[in-house]
Amino acid sequence: MVSDTSWMRDREGLGVWEHRGKVAVVGWGQSHMDRRWDGVTMDRSCGGLAKEACLKAIADAGLSLDDIDGLITSADTRAEQTWAPRPYFAPPYDTEDGLIKASAEWINRELGFKNAKYFKSDASYIGPMMGLAAQAVGDGLCETALVWYPMVNLEGRYGHNNPQNSNEEAPGSSAFTLPWGYQSGAMFNNLVIFQQYCKKYGKSHEGLAPLCLNLRRNGLMTPWGYYAMHEPHQLTTDDYLNGRMIEEPLVIFDCDRPVNTCGAFIFTTAERAKDLRQKPVYVLNHAQNTGKGRSTMSTLEEHQEAVSSLARKMWEGSGLGAADVDIFNPYDGYLTFTQQFLEGFQWHGVKFGEAHDFYADDIRVEGPHPFLSSGGNNGTGRNRSVLYSDSIQQLRGTAGPRQVTVRADTALAGCNTPDSNGFIMFSKHPS
Amino acid sequence: MSTIPGLERPAPVPNDLTKPFWDACNERRLVLQICTECEKLQYPPAQRCNECGSADKLEWKEVQGKGHIDVYFVIRDSRIRGFRSAQPINFAVITLDEDPGINFLSNLPGTPPGEVPVGAPVEMIFEATSTGQLVHEWQVLT
Repeated sequence: MVSDTSWMRDREGLGVWEHRGKVAVVGWGQSHMDRRWDGVTMDRSCGGLAKEACLKAIADAGLSLDDIDGLITSADTRAEQTWAPRPYFAPPYDTEDGLIKASAEWINRELGFKNAKYFKSDASYIGPMMGLAAQAVGDGLCETALVWYPMVNLEGRYGHNNPQNSNEEAPGSSAFTLPWGYQSGAMFNNLVIFQQYCKKYGKSHEGLAPLCLNLRRNGLMTPWGYYAMHEPHQLTTDDYLNGRMIEEPLVIFDCDRPVNTCGAFIFTTAERAKDLRQKPVYVLNHAQNTGKGRSTMSTLEEHQEAVSSLARKMWEGSGLGAADVDIFNPYDGYLTFTQQFLEGFQWHGVKFGEAHDFYADDIRVEGPHPFLSSGGNNGTGRNRSVLYSDSIQQLRGTAGPRQVTVRADTALAGCNTPDSNGFIMFSKHPS
Repeated sequence: MSTIPGLERPAPVPNDLTKPFWDACNERRLVLQICTECEKLQYPPAQRCNECGSADKLEWKEVQGKGHIDVYFVIRDSRIRGFRSAQPINFAVITLDEDPGINFLSNLPGTPPGEVPVGAPVEMIFEATSTGQLVHEWQVLT
């Protein structure tokens, strides 16, 4: 099924977002995080963790179940097909729903929302999902939306048990990529572009080391993150440079680590947000990219233009500019493409070809350029929610040891890759 | 089979759209779509012109199999079964001389992993897959 994309702000010229400052995030909840599900502990399954995150978000907002009238999620949990076929469990874990995803209908049944009227389970992934939620509330499709995003990691080595990767044939469009070993756009096309970047600007893979180390440092200050909980030690430059090669020069530390967890958020109208428990974090705009390059591999220049266009859409809809963005949490699922966002949005004045020099400067949360204060997915495990939760915490002033020392009035966060993504602009102030 | 030791490429499965391309490969020829409206070459094949959107202006044109190596990396830990027994293996992007906006993938048969001469000229060759379908590959010109 193809998701409806008519709500997207995926082209330039749309003007200021019609709901600018009229929608707010008022709740956030994060479930427990494991490396993978053990296959037997049901409250640590996808459904169990989704319920945990949703209830935490509702409690954080000071709301009750009866206040929720919109339920929004995505089935893009990255569970892949690494586990089937296998036996099911007793209800409600007697179908895929609850095990490798947690749909709006499943959560509705499990938590018993009396007033839910808007159900949406087909957001393509968290980036567009956050924009979809803001638009749905702004459009009046619901007043208070519960939005959750599970990430699932099951038994077996990630990706290796996926039947697609054992197929002796390459059907459809994969016939033009799979026979040469191409695996995914996020990894392969963006590594191609990283190599083009290094060639064009005279850079090298070593230039990513300061970013990787700082993400781990920030991640260790995120108490619910994977590394803070399970491997609480800092990386060194030597660790990074001698990391296990995946696709040379890409090493294991460039890849965000698959985990089993769920993040949840509450979106509501600015009017409703006024008298709730948390300081509202207003939404000033959302924007998406859904493009693709001309040929087999998108190129550096195509991605640079894609992010530049994304930035223009974001500035146009929010009324802000690059200098107005205090907190910046773009996706770091592979460190090789994060620099495209930094340079395309020109955060802190960084231009094309300058990202590695910026990384080598002071990007600590205590410093003047607290890039990815969340620790990203590289520093907390691939949950993707952290990009948004840190942005919200920074604007609330509740980020604890990660709280930046520079101004934190606005935050820009988004996922996934330069040519396919959704970004959202938050603000402490509605205008 | 591939000339790269251990490599078992997944075999392309032609469909209505791509059959002319793969049939040409089996004749050791390279044909690409060309839009007669905007005169742009197109690869991989698509139902519409990626440039102007025309659906009924796409034809097939034979092109020369000449190109240059743009960039590369080395696959060392593939998720794809047929590549695990061949790694480390080059993964290169080749630009077509007739239109550098068109690019192809290559494992560069004959070039040792990691010893890729970026910028070097390459020419097209063909390698067999398990179904007998030929696939286009690229080899460094010496």
